[in-house]
Amino acid sequence: MVRDLSTEFCGIRLKNPVVPASGTFGFGLELADLFDLNVLGGISLKGTTLEPRIGNPTPRIAECSSGLLNSVGLQNPGIQVLTEQKVPALRMRYSGCIIANISGFSVDEYRECCRAADTCDGIDIIELNISCPNVHGGGMAFGTDAKAAAEVTAATRAVTHKPLVVKLSPNVNDIVSIALACQDAGADGLCLVNTLLGMRIDIKTRKPILANRTGGISGPAIFPLALRMVNQVAKACSVPVMGCGGVCRAEDVIEMMMAGARAVQIGSENLRNPFACKEIVETLTGVMEELGIERLSDIIGCV
Amino acid sequence: MPNISKISLEICSNLPLNRNCYRLELCGDGLPVLKPGQFVQLDIPGKYLRRPISVHDTYDGRIVLIYKTVGEGTKILSQMVPGQSLELLAPLGKGFSPELCRDSALLFGGGLGSAPLFFLAKRLLADGKRVHSILGFNTAGDVVLTDAYRAIGIEPEIVTLDGSFGRKGFVTDAPRPDFDCFYTCGPLPMMRAVCLSVEAHGEASMEERMGCGAGFCYGCTIQTHLGPARVCADGPVFRKEDLIW
Repeated sequence: MVRDLSTEFCGIRLKNPVVPASGTFGFGLELADLFDLNVLGGISLKGTTLEPRIGNPTPRIAECSSGLLNSVGLQNPGIQVLTEQKVPALRMRYSGCIIANISGFSVDEYRECCRAADTCDGIDIIELNISCPNVHGGGMAFGTDAKAAAEVTAATRAVTHKPLVVKLSPNVNDIVSIALACQDAGADGLCLVNTLLGMRIDIKTRKPILANRTGGISGPAIFPLALRMVNQVAKACSVPVMGCGGVCRAEDVIEMMMAGARAVQIGSENLRNPFACKEIVETLTGVMEELGIERLSDIIGCV
Repeated sequence: MPNISKISLEICSNLPLNRNCYRLELCGDGLPVLKPGQFVQLDIPGKYLRRPISVHDTYDGRIVLIYKTVGEGTKILSQMVPGQSLELLAPLGKGFSPELCRDSALLFGGGLGSAPLFFLAKRLLADGKRVHSILGFNTAGDVVLTDAYRAIGIEPEIVTLDGSFGRKGFVTDAPRPDFDCFYTCGPLPMMRAVCLSVEAHGEASMEERMGCGAGFCYGCTIQTHLGPARVCADGPVFRKEDLIW
């Protein structure tokens, strides 16, 4: 039997739900020689700001049980390089859904960055990153307050006709209220979760391992938390949800979709294994067969 | 970017060189071609991130890695035995540029930085270049790989910080033979001293905590005179002129 892996997200048909998460797949091009990117349902590009950023000092990476912490700090070449160079170059190699991940330090910056992304033909979806825990005075500050989240969503909504997806932070008491605020302010979809704020200490030097002291936790360690939040938000909101957080195999993709995700992002696993997304796509059919799933879209939100 | 592959290799041997350094030999089919200065990312059972280790040697379809037990990951690795398999990503990074050397090269190694320089030494000798090496260690008990260098016809000048073996001091204290190009790998302060005090052309192999090891997570970025650079993919080897100390 032919298994149908396709899914629809914000009116866009994805050949399968597998999307490498922002920050774990560069601008796509870095991996274009490793495997044919066209096996992927979508690609979420590295977080981009209005101006270029050099990011945080190193060490930017620490390990933990079943996961890692990062404090890369939005190193990126700026929106102009994204729209004029990175996206057109990726488009030559990839025909699926390209998601631009946009970050900022003020409502104005988010708006101007989205305005620039809106003019770029190669971008299919704008993902508003209001959940980066590694920069001060921006990023997550917008994602942990319903009013600020709504304000930045509305401001960016006004300057783009592209599907607008807001990427939410798990570092909140009530993620549903933030999700509803974004939906009411005009978001076409939601993506959750970004990383959880964490820390590691080198017990020999008695200093934080990360130069930025703290960083975002990701990896299988956070999968149950992400799944719970996806389930809560998918039940409360009418807009589609993209699930993200600790997904590392085909079974996790299916679990996320049962929780309510219409598409699923793979993050940390790419750092362990650059072939992870390709391998997950390849094994999905077999797992569907085992579970008697004919169409993946049939299981979305069944729990 | 080179074609990085993910392969499973068998441990042929994994023997201690001293109290905390080990020599790991891996063999198997589908061995990628590796260049001096490149590294592999080892998947260590029970650890989430892979461990980047630079290549010490390749011969007869084998990869040789020298590593030190500095944390939990390398400790687990040191307890693995022949017959067990290890999955790795390779080849990673840009290696040394042997063509930078016209005639005679000087290698400055610090601790286990001496390991990847050995692979380079073999290449330089094969290219008909003359090779000298100055290897620095903390103390006599840490001195490794001198026999390996001797076996390919290089008598390394050994220096130790405490003077318990060879000359006392830093690698920069040892007398230098004639050379037109240097290559260095070791602790940052040592490479800094070498790059700032040696006038000749040269290259240094940098080290940084890595995520993916393949250039797309931007976890190991350093600032260089050419702009931000990823140690894993734009390096780990950089020209002396490009590094900011």
